Amino acid sequence: MAKISVDGIEYEVNPANNLLQECLSQGLDLPYFCWHPCMGSVGACRQCAVKQYRNAEDKTGTVVMACMTPASDGSIISINDQQATDFRSHVIESLMISHPHDCPVCEEGGECHLQDMTQMSGHNYRRYDFKKVTHRNQNLGPFINHEMNRCIACYRCVRFYDDYAGGTDLATLGSHHHVYFGRHEEGTLENEFSGNLVEVCPTGVFTDKTFSAHYTRKWDLQTAPSICAGCGAGCNTTPGERYGTLRRIVNRYHHDLNGYFLCDRGRFGYEANNSSERVVTSLFRHTHDASGLRKSLTVVEAARQLSAMTNGEVIGIGSPRASLESNIALRQRVGPQNFYSGMSDAQSACMAQVLALLREPGLNCPDIRSLELSDCVVVVNEDITNTSARMALALRQATRNAATALAHSARIPLWQDAAVRELAQHSRSPLIIMSPQGTRLDDVASDTFLGSTAQQIALVEAITHALDSDYPAPATTSEISTKAANIAKTLCAAIRPSIVSGISAESVELIKATGNLARALHQYRQGQDQADSNVDLCFAMPEANTLGLALLVEEGGGLLSTALSILVSGKADAAIILENDLYRRAQTETVDAALAANTAVVVIDHLNNACNARAHLLLPAASMAEQGGTWVNYEGRAQHSYQVFQPEKAILAAYQWLALGDPAQGQGIHSDTLLQELAQEAASFAPLLSLLNSRTGIAALMKSPRQSHRYSGRTAMHANADVHESKQAQDPHSPLSFSMEGVMLQKDASLMSAAWAPGWNSNQAISKFQEEINGELKQGNKGVHLLTRRVERSAYCKIDNGAEQGSSKYFIDHLFGGEEISAVSPAIRARAVPAYACISKDMAESLNVQQHGLLRINAGSYSVELPVLVRDRIAGQCVGIYCANELSRANFSGTLHLEAVAQDSNVLASSRAMFSHLVINDALPRGN
Amino acid sequence: MTDQPLTKNIDMSRAPFDIGQYRQAQGYDAVLRMFKEMGPSDVLEMVKSSGLKGRGGAGFPTGLKWSFVPTGDDAPKTKYLVVNADEMEPGTFKDRLLLEGDPHLLLEGMLIAAYTIQASTAYIFLRGEYLQAEKLLRAAIAQAQGQGLLGKNIQGSGFDLEIILHTSAGRYICGEETALLNALEGKRANPRAKPPFPQVSGLWGKPTIVNNVETLCNLPGILRYGVDWYKGLGKGGDAGTKLCGVSGRVNNPGCWELALGTPIRELLEEKAGGMCAGYQLRGFLPGGGSTDFLLPEHLDLTLDYDVIGKAGSRLATGTMIVLDDQTCPVGMVGNLMRFFSHESCGWCTPCRDGLPWIDEIFQRLESGQGRVEDMQILTEHLEYLGPGRTFCALAPGAMAPLGSALRHFREDFDAHIHSGACPWRK
Repeated sequence: MAKISVDGIEYEVNPANNLLQECLSQGLDLPYFCWHPCMGSVGACRQCAVKQYRNAEDKTGTVVMACMTPASDGSIISINDQQATDFRSHVIESLMISHPHDCPVCEEGGECHLQDMTQMSGHNYRRYDFKKVTHRNQNLGPFINHEMNRCIACYRCVRFYDDYAGGTDLATLGSHHHVYFGRHEEGTLENEFSGNLVEVCPTGVFTDKTFSAHYTRKWDLQTAPSICAGCGAGCNTTPGERYGTLRRIVNRYHHDLNGYFLCDRGRFGYEANNSSERVVTSLFRHTHDASGLRKSLTVVEAARQLSAMTNGEVIGIGSPRASLESNIALRQRVGPQNFYSGMSDAQSACMAQVLALLREPGLNCPDIRSLELSDCVVVVNEDITNTSARMALALRQATRNAATALAHSARIPLWQDAAVRELAQHSRSPLIIMSPQGTRLDDVASDTFLGSTAQQIALVEAITHALDSDYPAPATTSEISTKAANIAKTLCAAIRPSIVSGISAESVELIKATGNLARALHQYRQGQDQADSNVDLCFAMPEANTLGLALLVEEGGGLLSTALSILVSGKADAAIILENDLYRRAQTETVDAALAANTAVVVIDHLNNACNARAHLLLPAASMAEQGGTWVNYEGRAQHSYQVFQPEKAILAAYQWLALGDPAQGQGIHSDTLLQELAQEAASFAPLLSLLNSRTGIAALMKSPRQSHRYSGRTAMHANADVHESKQAQDPHSPLSFSMEGVMLQKDASLMSAAWAPGWNSNQAISKFQEEINGELKQGNKGVHLLTRRVERSAYCKIDNGAEQGSSKYFIDHLFGGEEISAVSPAIRARAVPAYACISKDMAESLNVQQHGLLRINAGSYSVELPVLVRDRIAGQCVGIYCANELSRANFSGTLHLEAVAQDSNVLASSRAMFSHLVINDALPRGN
Repeated sequence: MTDQPLTKNIDMSRAPFDIGQYRQAQGYDAVLRMFKEMGPSDVLEMVKSSGLKGRGGAGFPTGLKWSFVPTGDDAPKTKYLVVNADEMEPGTFKDRLLLEGDPHLLLEGMLIAAYTIQASTAYIFLRGEYLQAEKLLRAAIAQAQGQGLLGKNIQGSGFDLEIILHTSAGRYICGEETALLNALEGKRANPRAKPPFPQVSGLWGKPTIVNNVETLCNLPGILRYGVDWYKGLGKGGDAGTKLCGVSGRVNNPGCWELALGTPIRELLEEKAGGMCAGYQLRGFLPGGGSTDFLLPEHLDLTLDYDVIGKAGSRLATGTMIVLDDQTCPVGMVGNLMRFFSHESCGWCTPCRDGLPWIDEIFQRLESGQGRVEDMQILTEHLEYLGPGRTFCALAPGAMAPLGSALRHFREDFDAHIHSGACPWRK
């Protein structure tokens, strides 16, 4: 620690940081633009100038940029010094000379960092009376608006997009006061994290295009702390609602997980909530009525119907995309013996193996922040960018740890962002990627291996053997053995190695082999006297509650295939399917047979799909934002998302439907009760009690408002329909109120939805809620970990890596359109591609199919024609299948038979158009 | 022995010396002796004690600059020498004389510098418009390679040097050494933050020395004739000779090699032949466009870094721009402001957005629409764009002629405002 003096007051600071960061950490107000808490300093904007004095005798001092000056011990500075204040007001004055006077119509208005900083720097009256510089804007695609005239040239956009997120299609163009930030030519911003530009840009150059379509000021949004449902990463979000529709999602800082950034699926997938595909009313038809016509029911009628249909022998099928509460409610209702996993059998088997590894001693499951600190990463099979994108962004940062080491030895402070990058150039920490096809991270990979699942298992086993000679060597080529030896050497040299995989391959053997590798590495490190011999191992999860459901099934529950055969056999009187499109989970003919059987089918869901179209009773469920819920991410971290707003009266949270006793008494169950009961019943859920306690502790005080103090039209917003002031909605389930009254939390972040502090209206107000810049949130609740490690190590798993026949298949994931709910959002849909198959050039030649032609794929009795993408970087003899939101992976079981389909030019043209906005990264890896 | 080590081989009426002629005039002798008799640290000591200061403008001691390059076993193996031949300072054409007049002198100087810092790759970053220099340098490099003076294991010394000639796409900011490095790496020519200095983390993140053409051309003489001779060349406090140029309404504009310490009057009246008939000297920028105006009363000052510094300006590139009594000082400074505004890289706010405002005001003053308040804004910008306020020296350099013009020629600015027109426009 060091001591610095700011305007005569002494502060204890961290000398490894710069003065700006330390002043902000101390809660002082100092304006800035180009500095970003996790992108460091570049000294461009000159807004954070302060006066620095050499010593106590120095009364003159020098104006320095706080962001470019280390907070070294004994520093004496002044923020309030007249010369520094004058300089800052000059900077803001010249930043504003070409800025439009469009705050009243600018979407950034009211949450604009430039507005805040202009006020803070004391610039009021315009003296510049010449013509402003103006620019042409570009159409940047469905996510982002571009209004270059508002630009103040802080360079944050390109620093985030290019330097941080690895984008290649946003650049600084032009020079002097004509600098322009855009694409070389108009077109969709390709990077998976483009949405962060909305928050990274301090003003309104880059704004959320989906938000524009139904724009509302920040202060008019009703918000609550939420969790992203896009995958299993567990990123924290703040959705905003007005007039019953969800308007946008912004990032909610979580120190261990998403930090300051979200992926574009998480940010732009929210519009499913407002979709015309929503199930908005209860529908019923009799079991013996095959007509498909159903009639609408009121909530009370529907609840009575539900009771009537389910008082016999009922089975329940859970869902990895439903909250823990809803899954618990279903399990309680039908009984554990009748509860079945809603995941495919293959996924269930994988999850059982993953859970075992997450409890294995000697291994850590790294949070996203920890992944960034890894100095050597091995990715096994998973295309992380497309399955759990925020983790991929962390892996990209992990490759910069080599730069960190170089900077330390050259004594360049890490916050000197440009200097560290110039020093390091292309030196990166090892990132080794095994996958069946090229991935988005290959541009920063030190080594890649293209191989089928079986080939990857062989390589992983060969590495394991290289680490532990007791581990049996797999039958493999000398080339693979050499590669394995090199990878093993790299892993051994690492201080903090990480192994990252997922369940996309749906291969238990791959997960076992990956676990064996982690065990062997741990054993090696124990022998090496490492301070921490543990090895980071994690698996990306496809859905928000994949792990939560797997844990619940572990406490009692069966496989989906068992549930489906019970349906077919008629052994049960009824089945309740919770938020699940079974056609995505099992073979089409199996699901068809199950739903056509004589068993009554109740589906509770919020979007129309093929499965609930065949339900006898369809109950409309609340969406993520319309209900509170608990979600377990890939680490086993249970986090609570709060209800943002109340849905239409006909819609209830699934757990409310399931736990509804006598409908006449209304929505009886308190969601906390469900968690409490499970926590008491099952040891692995016991930590939920502390999550609940942390919430009730707050609830005992005053409720916190979901609406801002400036929320407008409270008494008038529904006056077109009813001139009476409507009664305020009650929320018995959480410490939040649907109101603008209450205690707006200024310091306590555990219930903070929108970041807001006096003088800080943009999301950058988050610094006021952090213990220190980039630190934990003050009193923030980071969720609870449900998994505990066993004490005893388990032996290596035996791997059954059977020889493959013919071509081997793998499934392709896409960030946009691959996930069920977000795929419905119009903006995501605009970036999505339909199902396709991917093969190598050699295979295309032998099959006599051309690029973008049609390929027929036969799997048993299943057959489908798919357009073909011929790729350079794909493992030979592999065929990749992208199911989009239309096909079931389960259909492609067993051996695949491929044949070219005669095609005409029209077909080719249409599939070419389909592939035109698919960003394929076939860049070669940089190599060692 | 010569008292004109930089220009002794130069005769612009003929082609420059090829390698044969250059060697006949004892060219490369110093280098060959250096390989045989001197280690890198010996050369460094010699250059340090010679008192050679950088001739690019800043006047930083060359030996001291080189001594910051990390040496020893821990130091990075790869190091670079970069020649700053991006001569774009307004009024400056001294490096051009050396490049077009005696290209081998530069190559010899580069060999000495590269050997001292143990760089085996050197780049010449050449102003794109210097087409003739490019042609001559390419030929000279090929000749030197042909005679084993460049390439691997030069003359059996075990020392390698490859010289790569890079022609600039043309921005003034590329003359700033760190912006030059970025441009050379294929990036935007924005200056880099210092520290780290290029000596520690420069081109491609490796230790790098960037020297001006004229600086390097001083080295062969120092090695050949020794430190005492070199110090003896200077008449005042500084060692060696300096290329000095004069442009403006003088009888004989041009560029000459003068001993440092020569009176300015000698440069203006003897070399440049004095003011043209009918014109009086009103002031002059002693070292290019980004230096402060000096006045006729300063003519007896000597061409010394410290002497000119004490008078409130800088010797800088040593190429003088003359303002006569029939040229509008507001127009002259306005022209410079337009140049600097246009050449800002756009990285930091005061430079990017301050200079265009100044430029707009100058245009308004020249058109006779200027206001009294404009003078206040110009004055404020002097501090706002001053040293330490901006990311690099471009904007403070631009403020030098502006600030001194406001001090010395304030009545001309006022006349523009009060008469509603430029008094020099008839």
